[in-house]
Amino acid sequence: MRLPLGIIAGAVLTIVGAAVPCRADDAAFASGLEGLKSSSFQAKGDAATQIADSGAERALPALKALLDGHLRVRVPDGDLVIVTEGAESVAVDALTGAEIGAVDKADLKKIIINNQMRGALHTALARLSLRAPDSGARVAAVESLFASLNDETLALLRGALAEERDGDVREALRTALALADLDAVDTERRRVAVATLAGSLHPEVRNRLGVVLESDATGAPREPDDLVRQAAAAAIAYIDRMRSLFGLLETVFFGLSLGFVLVLAATGLAITFGVMGVINMAHGELMMLGAYATWVVQQAMPYNIELSLLAALPVAFLVAALAGVVIERGVVRFLYGRPLETLLATFGVSLILQQGVRTIFSPLNRAVATPDWMSGQLVINGALAITYNRLYIIVFSIAVFFALLAILRFTTLGLQVRAVAQNRGMARAMGVRAGWIDAVTFGLGSGVAGLAGVALSQLTNVGPNLGQAHIVDSFMVVVFGGVGNLWGTLVAGLSLGVANKFLEPYSGAVLAKIAVLVFIILFIQRRPRGLFPHRGRAAEA
Amino acid sequence: MTLRVSTLLAAASAAWLLSVVPAHAADTIKVGVLHSLSGTMAISETTLKDTMLMLIEEQNKKGGLLGKKLEAVVVDPASNWPLFAEKARQLVEKDKVAAVFGCWTSVSRKSVLPVFEELNGLLFYPVQYEGEESSKNVFYTGAAPNQQAIPAVDYLMNDIGVKRWVLAGTDYVYPRTTNKILEAYLKAKGVAEADLMINYTPFGHSDWQSIVADIKKFGGTGKKTAVVSTINGDANVPFYKELGNQGVSAADIPVVAFSVGEEELSGIDTKPLVGHLAAWNYFMSVDAPINAEFIKTWHAFIKDPKRVTNDPMEAHFIGFNMWVKAVTAAGSTDPAAVQKAIIGVEAPNLSGGTSKMLANHHITKPVLIGEIQEDGQFATVWQTDALVPGDAWSDFLPDSKVIEADWTAKLNCGNYNTVTKKCSGQNY
Repeated sequence: MRLPLGIIAGAVLTIVGAAVPCRADDAAFASGLEGLKSSSFQAKGDAATQIADSGAERALPALKALLDGHLRVRVPDGDLVIVTEGAESVAVDALTGAEIGAVDKADLKKIIINNQMRGALHTALARLSLRAPDSGARVAAVESLFASLNDETLALLRGALAEERDGDVREALRTALALADLDAVDTERRRVAVATLAGSLHPEVRNRLGVVLESDATGAPREPDDLVRQAAAAAIAYIDRMRSLFGLLETVFFGLSLGFVLVLAATGLAITFGVMGVINMAHGELMMLGAYATWVVQQAMPYNIELSLLAALPVAFLVAALAGVVIERGVVRFLYGRPLETLLATFGVSLILQQGVRTIFSPLNRAVATPDWMSGQLVINGALAITYNRLYIIVFSIAVFFALLAILRFTTLGLQVRAVAQNRGMARAMGVRAGWIDAVTFGLGSGVAGLAGVALSQLTNVGPNLGQAHIVDSFMVVVFGGVGNLWGTLVAGLSLGVANKFLEPYSGAVLAKIAVLVFIILFIQRRPRGLFPHRGRAAEA
Repeated sequence: MTLRVSTLLAAASAAWLLSVVPAHAADTIKVGVLHSLSGTMAISETTLKDTMLMLIEEQNKKGGLLGKKLEAVVVDPASNWPLFAEKARQLVEKDKVAAVFGCWTSVSRKSVLPVFEELNGLLFYPVQYEGEESSKNVFYTGAAPNQQAIPAVDYLMNDIGVKRWVLAGTDYVYPRTTNKILEAYLKAKGVAEADLMINYTPFGHSDWQSIVADIKKFGGTGKKTAVVSTINGDANVPFYKELGNQGVSAADIPVVAFSVGEEELSGIDTKPLVGHLAAWNYFMSVDAPINAEFIKTWHAFIKDPKRVTNDPMEAHFIGFNMWVKAVTAAGSTDPAAVQKAIIGVEAPNLSGGTSKMLANHHITKPVLIGEIQEDGQFATVWQTDALVPGDAWSDFLPDSKVIEADWTAKLNCGNYNTVTKKCSGQNY
């Protein structure tokens, strides 16, 4: 009985609230919150609008919590609370803002929202965030209002512009007002609007300028003024030029990021296959172990997801390295010089490892959470943005690559590894324990595979099939680059990545992959030792 | 003395063996379970094997079937398509199972089809598929395209107002056929060529950067855009992650998926997926007493209260109960008798309604559209008013529009051409 009354009262109050938007209306806020308990999305949507219109101080946190799924009904007393989840969930009363302290999660029922509500909430939040303390949030708020400009929002934007000091926000506000002015009756205002919009790369600007040039049903141009049309056409030409330029940059970035993933996956193999000459078919499964190690670390520290990836790095390295040493000592060392048998034996090991994780962790994929600092994108301008996860993986891949290069070049271990690879007999004669070096080298390569697994856990599924998906690509990169040469691996990975991304738009992802494979086959026919042939145990064979 | 005792013991155990083994063989009805327990498809199919074991156990608790106990014969075709055919032959020919419940991918179904037709076995296939097939020996308890894809597109068009469409799929038979049907359907509804973008990717595709960037550009024209995804299994996670990272939210460009269910979501960080859609005939979150009961039984059987239920599990539930009813009605497990008896049989589905086996060997099902929630469950946002009958041959493809399937005495044909008035026999 309370509910329908609340909605009716809410509807009445919404009208009142809309008439005087500046006056905080706590009664409307309270009844709006009550309305959110409804099971109908329609009623909940109306209630959310009412909360946004109420102007109450607590409206912004309540709506934000609703959007993020943190607004819950406490079942025993029916109060709405905003929950912060952690080792111990704590809640704040949504109505009063009073701290409640620790709550039992089992008592809380989430308020479910749908996409229409999400869209409406975004707009409502944007209106409420126009005076947010963070300038980035203000820009985002203004931009999300681009598509819903009406008299009310325009009044808000004008008010915000009068008080705004930050240059970027003022720019966004002026763009928003200019977008609205494109429909002005006054020709001069339309001219000024097009001139203002000329430099903006926001997709909405391009769309609206496109509308200016359209013709109506009778074939007459929609925009009567020639000057406005010419200016709009010039602005569109500029925007399209800039967009294709940034599009090119974007493709290069996509290619490089794909390339660095390939490099990361192949670096470990460049050690085991390239330096030692062991065809290790279980290399992919070592990556899989690294990914599972990440998952286990995350399970161990569920409330420190932000740090879990860093903590997972040494764990993944050690787990994979240890597995690598066991494989080397247990299987591979008996088969040196017999590549076919090594291939079959390590393939068997890969199947054992796969079925092993199926038995231990279940055949289902495991959910590895992405820390906040790895989600989202770095917005450079309206036409170019770079996703953070790719950016970090590029940095990580470069770091791993150069660390490995440094180990091989500047440490005693590296010297011994290279010595054993070049001439085993001579190295042994000089007092190098070749067997021990073999195990360490294999462990090092395997450990790097484990590190790659940590990175892959952020890009793809963590499941028993993770290794299989990457083993072919890894071999491809190492062979193309030239066996035994780390630099070759780097160049090969990057060029394959970029080539793939440039082919993809024309041929589609399936054909692009085939084309790259065919290219490598032809290339290997002409230069069997890859891009940068290197002398090593494998090269002599 | 010792000798005598041991002889006695041997005799006793031999007698015990004799009494048990033949009785065992005579007094049970064997049910084949043909799902991959290793290899790439184990991720989806292992659960269905467990579901079948649970259903058989429950049926035995109720006293079995025709006074006999049911016995599951589980084989592992190891995600290997030719091995599916081999194992199917083993089940029907050697183990003499009364019916087989199994397969997931269309290619595995196509691989076993000739075996079932040759040996006249029965196969219950529980997964949504591309249609364009109706075999005398197969019962399709998953959704046909008109029970999943078409209603989902209708919802997006009418309720969300979508004007531009991206059809994204993995490159194999199910997405290709489904997209062909959807393309024809959308064009019939007046969608222009320029408002359609069709994209295929290889299995397990993990680098979605450029495709998501393209989708973003395609959807940035001001017209409401949606993605209809027939992307298979493992490729979904990187796809949704990339969407989330590039700032494409469900409120801007919703993605409706036909292969993402509760089971798949349980292995994913669901944050970037919240609000995206899936179309199925069942959600674990469906509020019905029979569903609550099913979930309870499942948790008790699998001994893990965190395990989820999903649509193909429901399909097995319906299919198994239909088979049980048909066998009871026919009084025998003879395939020919069951084929005749099962048409028209009704069995409860888990969303509270009653599904019916149709003459074309498909069943009636409700269609539900759900939005993905943070906890990996779906919130139903739309559902059909009535149950939708499965259509084997799509009405939106010119070639199959004229084809009908009817396994009653009327036609007794899986692909009857209504124009030439001919049954073209079995060509799948």
